[in-house]
Amino acid sequence: MTAQNTDMPVVDAPRINIAEVAEKYALVAALVVLFGIFAMLLPNTFFTWANVSTMLGSQSVLVFLTLALIIPLTSGDFDLSVAATLTISAMTLAVLNARLGVALPLAMLGAFAVGGIVGVLNAFFILYFRIPSLIVTLGIGTFLNGLTLWMSNSATIGGIDFALVMGVVGTRLFGIPLAFYYAILMAAVIWYVFGYTSVGRRLLFVGRGREVARLSGIQVDRVRFFSLLSSSLIAALAGILYAGTIGAADPNSGNTFLLPAFAAAFLGATAITPGRFNPVGSVVAVYFIVIGITGLTMLGIQSFVQNLFYGGALVLAVALSQLVRKREEQQVG
Amino acid sequence: MTRSVKTSKPASDPFAGLKDGLPRRTPGEAPALYARHVSKIFGTTKVLDDVTLAVMPGEVHGLLGANGSGKSTFIKTIAGLHDPEPGADLILYGEGAPLPMPAGSARRLGISFVHQHLALMPSLTVLENMLLNDLAVEQNWNIRWGTARRQVAETFERFDIHIDPMTRVADLPQADRALIAICRAFEEVRVNAGAGRGILILDEPTPFLPKSGVDQLFSLIRGVVADGASVILVAHDIDEIREITDRATILRDGKLAGTVTSSEASQEDFIELIVGEKVTMFQSARTLAADKPVTASVRRLNAEVARDVSFDIREGEILGLTGLIGSGFNRVPDAIFGAMKGATGAVEIGGKSLDLGHMHPARAMDNGIAFLPSDRLGKAGVGSLSIAENMALPVMGDFRSLLGIDWQKIHAHVFELGRKYDIRPNRPGQALSSLSGGNAQKVLMAKWLQTGPKLLMLDEPTQGVDVGARQKLFQALDEASRKGTSVLVASTDAEQLAQICHRVLVFSKGHVVSELTGAAITKDNISQETLRAHGDAGETVPTRTQEVA
Ligand SMILES: Nc1ncnc2c1ncn2[C@@H]1O[C@H](COP(=O)(O)OP(=O)(O)OP(=O)(O)O)[C@@H](O)[C@H]1O
Ligand SMILES: [Mg+2]
Repeated sequence: MTAQNTDMPVVDAPRINIAEVAEKYALVAALVVLFGIFAMLLPNTFFTWANVSTMLGSQSVLVFLTLALIIPLTSGDFDLSVAATLTISAMTLAVLNARLGVALPLAMLGAFAVGGIVGVLNAFFILYFRIPSLIVTLGIGTFLNGLTLWMSNSATIGGIDFALVMGVVGTRLFGIPLAFYYAILMAAVIWYVFGYTSVGRRLLFVGRGREVARLSGIQVDRVRFFSLLSSSLIAALAGILYAGTIGAADPNSGNTFLLPAFAAAFLGATAITPGRFNPVGSVVAVYFIVIGITGLTMLGIQSFVQNLFYGGALVLAVALSQLVRKREEQQVG
Repeated sequence: MTRSVKTSKPASDPFAGLKDGLPRRTPGEAPALYARHVSKIFGTTKVLDDVTLAVMPGEVHGLLGANGSGKSTFIKTIAGLHDPEPGADLILYGEGAPLPMPAGSARRLGISFVHQHLALMPSLTVLENMLLNDLAVEQNWNIRWGTARRQVAETFERFDIHIDPMTRVADLPQADRALIAICRAFEEVRVNAGAGRGILILDEPTPFLPKSGVDQLFSLIRGVVADGASVILVAHDIDEIREITDRATILRDGKLAGTVTSSEASQEDFIELIVGEKVTMFQSARTLAADKPVTASVRRLNAEVARDVSFDIREGEILGLTGLIGSGFNRVPDAIFGAMKGATGAVEIGGKSLDLGHMHPARAMDNGIAFLPSDRLGKAGVGSLSIAENMALPVMGDFRSLLGIDWQKIHAHVFELGRKYDIRPNRPGQALSSLSGGNAQKVLMAKWLQTGPKLLMLDEPTQGVDVGARQKLFQALDEASRKGTSVLVASTDAEQLAQICHRVLVFSKGHVVSELTGAAITKDNISQETLRAHGDAGETVPTRTQEVA
């Protein structure tokens, strides 16, 4: 070939590409700007430590749920049952602990185990019968909702051991409820697994090219199984957190987390590592959404605005990031 | 044999005397396609630099260049898949055409394409794929599937293609897929372009075709140009270009390197224009020391058409498998690797006998077997992931540190490999899909070579790889074999087999019918054996052995 070898021996010389940086941190910048706007408009309500720390703590449930979602999304499966898993896990905990008097640690274990069962069920139908994950998890999720209503007689169950509330939102570290640190810890674990372990690579390859993955010696079904299982387990953890956040379990409200979690997952995929579902982006996306909603609510704007914001923010943010990458077709995964 | 290229100038342009040098059939005839000053920048790299190309009605025009020289990018620009930089213009039959080309209008103007990746939807049926372009741009509220099916069947008959329109494209071998894409393009031009018009642009249609398919394609091409249409053909095979084209344009690093009259330029002239310097053609010694131990023994392998195939491969041996498409030779690597279902037989490797009925890729890899499938972006690599990620997949474990995977080390490693195998551009972070076809193949080959397998199996390893890069890949294979890796190459490319193999097994109707060793391994011998084997393959053909010391 031609003699000229202009390639430098240095690997990926740290050239800073403005467009790339803009794309990576656009969402972070948007979060800061949004926060600034509300801080100026509402200096006495929004911009108070009490509010900020509440936002950070109370929304860790959504962070967990989003993190639960991005695992199967990376390996190419949808898990629409995460919100229902969250709800049934919280309800299991409430029923075991408040109704049946089971000790809190055991009740938590029970709730976690429910998550495991859901994960195995999802994986079984998806992998054994080769049914698309969208269908299976939609069905299982609806089934779980029914089960939750039945378990609880369609009523909210309170009276969960207060130790749980103390462990989740009642205790503060540097003024922020513990729940926030759990979420950050979870995100850090996933960030590590995604980026720095072969397991993370396998997830990605299975999601982007099943056949390539198989012919590269990856046990595709095993990877998908564990990805679905971990999604349900993390959703169950989210359920435990949720029960701890409100001190009770109700059979419905958990389901409202599904859309925001998906919004955050896709929004997060436009930031930090653009084009990939990533935990750091997910956390940023969750808090971006939360700041918007909290601010708007405090401004006294009606509740339908919440939906306008969820939907609008998602589409707008994704559109903006596409503008930055010059509208090249992209595959998120 | 070492062939070097004279440093003489390329063949002179016979049309230089005319005002613009174009071969007119009648005075004042306008070119069918005249693209001027086409440039394209991706990010910061100029992939096309002021390329101008004119094709006359009734002309077959070759487009050549090394991998990554911009051939496909040029074609995609004409197709409207890329927007060119400002300043480009396109003139069709003397009339200005819009550039950037809006979606679907190339087709209305009578230009049809076979893109390098064929642009077929694997999960849809052949019928749906044949109609894809119609469905994409026309409103039709009542698709008559019955009629459509009959039409497609008729078209296939006219093109002498024997494929059931209701099969899924994913279930077809590459050669059939290529035929479908070609047939679709020819049919479109026939239907859409006016009489005596039409431009067919074929981006590397031949690598997946068997010799007979190439001949079939060439006679189709001769047919349409006789009717006044024009054809632009991209190929890396210079013999093919010299056989079918009237003139050829060569791109080098995105710039016009020259336009020649094909019949007047020699192979060497072409190579020199493509590569820009002399190229030494690789040639293996063809003989292997007789005392090498056997690495793997394949016993009574059955896989689809392949029947009762048994052979040994020795340490450091490069063994070629060939035959006509459908003779079963290319099922052998799939079966050994456990990449397909329903194979039977056994392979003995490393002192173990592995049952092929229960083989799967992970087990094959555990036993030191590696496999590079021919379907580059469908089976071998993931286009949306980076070069580094694709390459590092099988060796992830070597880059674990206390803190998990060390990406810096991986990138350094991948960069080194990129240099070794001459991958251009050598940027580990770039997506595999943004590489030219040949460069992507180098990446995937490196992915497996770095693992130092006991047995490396390759299915059509150099399809779409340019002459210069081929020699580098061959050298890499040779080097690996010297270090003890046994290499099994399944290919229809006789020239390539002759360049690298120690031994070649020729298949017919699922059986090994002939074995070539030593000096008997020549391009002509291999082609001849392939055809002869096909001619007289019966139930009990004794294996013919040719050996010339
Ligand atoms: N979408 C893209 N983004 C960035 N670079 C690209 C993109 N598409 C192509 N390129 C680059 O443009 C150059 C030309 O690629 P092109 O596919 O046109 O080569 P080619 O001549 O067709 O090669 P081959 O013979 O291997 O098919 C390559 O260096 C390739 O990496
Ligand atoms: Mg190309």
